Amino acid sequence: MKNYVIIGNGAAAVGVIEGIRSLDRDGKITVVSRENRHVYCRPLISYLLEGKTDENLMLYRPEDFYERNGVKVIYGKSAESLDPKSKKVILGNGEALDYDEICIAAGSSPFVPPIEGLESVKKRHSFMTLDDAEALAADLTPDSEVLIIGAGLIGLKCAEGILGRCKKITVCDLAPRVLSSILDSDCAAIMQKRLEQMGIEFLLGDTVSRFEGEKAIMQSGAAVGFDVLVTAVGVRANTSLVKSAGGETGRGISVDTRMRTTLPSVYAAGDCTESLDITSGVKKVMAIMPLAYIQGRCAGINMAGGDEELNNSFPMNSIGFNGLHCMSAGSYDGDCWEQKTERGIKRLYTKDNLLKGFIIIGDIDRAGIYTSLIRNKTPLDSVDFELLKKSPSLAPFGKAFRDEKLGGVI
Amino acid sequence: MKRVYVNEKWCLGCHLCEYNCAFANSGESDMVRALRKKKIVPNIRVEEDGEINFAVSCRHCSEPICVKSCISGALTKTDGMISIDHDKCVGCLTCVLVCPYGCVRESENGAVQKCELCLNNTVGEPACVKGCPNRAIIFEDRG
Ligand SMILES: Cc1cc2nc3c(=O)[nH]c(=O)nc-3n(C[C@H](O)[C@H](O)[C@H](O)COP(=O)(O)OP(=O)(O)OC[C@H]3O[C@@H](n4cnc5c(N)ncnc54)[C@H](O)[C@@H]3O)c2cc1C
Ligand code: SF4
Ligand code: SF4
Repeated sequence: MKNYVIIGNGAAAVGVIEGIRSLDRDGKITVVSRENRHVYCRPLISYLLEGKTDENLMLYRPEDFYERNGVKVIYGKSAESLDPKSKKVILGNGEALDYDEICIAAGSSPFVPPIEGLESVKKRHSFMTLDDAEALAADLTPDSEVLIIGAGLIGLKCAEGILGRCKKITVCDLAPRVLSSILDSDCAAIMQKRLEQMGIEFLLGDTVSRFEGEKAIMQSGAAVGFDVLVTAVGVRANTSLVKSAGGETGRGISVDTRMRTTLPSVYAAGDCTESLDITSGVKKVMAIMPLAYIQGRCAGINMAGGDEELNNSFPMNSIGFNGLHCMSAGSYDGDCWEQKTERGIKRLYTKDNLLKGFIIIGDIDRAGIYTSLIRNKTPLDSVDFELLKKSPSLAPFGKAFRDEKLGGVI
Repeated sequence: MKRVYVNEKWCLGCHLCEYNCAFANSGESDMVRALRKKKIVPNIRVEEDGEINFAVSCRHCSEPICVKSCISGALTKTDGMISIDHDKCVGCLTCVLVCPYGCVRESENGAVQKCELCLNNTVGEPACVKGCPNRAIIFEDRG
């Protein structure tokens, strides 16, 4: 009977468990979870503050998930070091766990920027965990003026989540636009307008140079008063377990297409890894929930002796603010085809007869058909791309495709 | 498992399946009251390719990428059927971003909607198939 250990208890860990159990019903599975909680949906912490979900609904898997899958969870403990030679992982309390196969699914940690005077800010928060969300909520009053550093996905989702719980929100970012890692300036302007209509204020191309108590002095010289601070400038992959054991790491833990690290019997999955983005050919950390689960599942299947490969990953995102949805995928490389629509914009990027990426704001109906062109590396001359550009549908794929997909089991 | 399969050469392009779907999932008992003067948002959609028409609904994929991608755990697979928990769904539309066939869509209640083979409404079997005048969609087990 195999002895499996999983470090971390997020979406990637669930993927590992379900992957292992698809092949091995009997092996022993132990999860080491720093957070003292049943697995929940990390992206839902902002929806929780907004009142769109609750602690029970936001569980990623039902309450009996571990029991049903024969999983032992060690709550509230961290793995501190890994010894791949003796196949042991050492926990914070000194306890050692033996393993046959281990998966590091440790996610990432918020990066707190080193800003002068930061320690003097009394109410200061990150926005990564349910504990963070609860602590932030406890500090907010209807009179709160909140400063959020970082206009990326996490900072903006946080802003949306707490909008109804405070008086004023200012978001600043060194980048000159919102969502700078996924949007160009035209598209970012559309989203910024929506966020401003919701009542969020922005200071872009500017960031805090120092804090004087509850006053932030910006690089531009402006002073922003606040009483609650949220830092959301970015996250760092938790690579240290593998790195200090001598495994290869970059910005994330290096994994191959089977989610193996360079250490024997050590796998890794989710936000703590870096892997190949097929649209750019570059290895990168792609910290998104779908990939965390899919990578975890791939790792789990291989840990249990199966043979599963993942070679079609790329970054993608779906984010919405007050009903205006924005989807992005892949790389913005090659020729750009643009369509302006009533509610937004559509940009498709093509190169070498392939769709490489897209940004769609507003009319996102059936966008997954575009995503599948990227995922499957569909040669664009094998479909009626002129028709597809205007509106995603299955007609442009032709009869043979339809016979297979609509007439068979897939 | 029984799924809905398409026989495109028999499809008349009459869109009746769309209306039957919208009615089946409306919660109303009267078709006129359910659909009159409303823009319907069905889970099956009739497309056209020149002279040919065909109806597209969820394939109930054996490796459902929508389920694997859902950020809230709202999409699940039970006995092969992919269903949506409207209370858990937060409407992020990640499933819309990943479904290769365009078979999940935004609904009016803030969650998404998709075909559940009419097993979670009062009809009990696909209303689209039941009402198709030319057997252009069939509900059967092909493995
Ligand atoms: C506010 C917010 C909004 C988001 N919105 C979206 C979205 O809309 N769409 C999307 O795709 N993604 C979104 N994400 C990203 C998404 O949450 C992550 O990609 C996903 O949760 C990664 O899953 P994971 O299992 O790899 O890591 P995590 O969920 O971070 O789980 C890792 C766990 O491991 C634990 N851990 C770390 N080190 C150790 C150790 N040494 N020992 C024991 N345990 C350890 C951590 O405490 C953590 O609980 C969002 C993230 C945030 C914070
Ligand atoms: S919604 Fe799309 S991805 Fe999900 S099972 Fe149906 S066809 Fe497959
Ligand atoms: S819209 Fe709902 S069902 Fe779709 S991925 Fe988001 S939470 Fe899941």
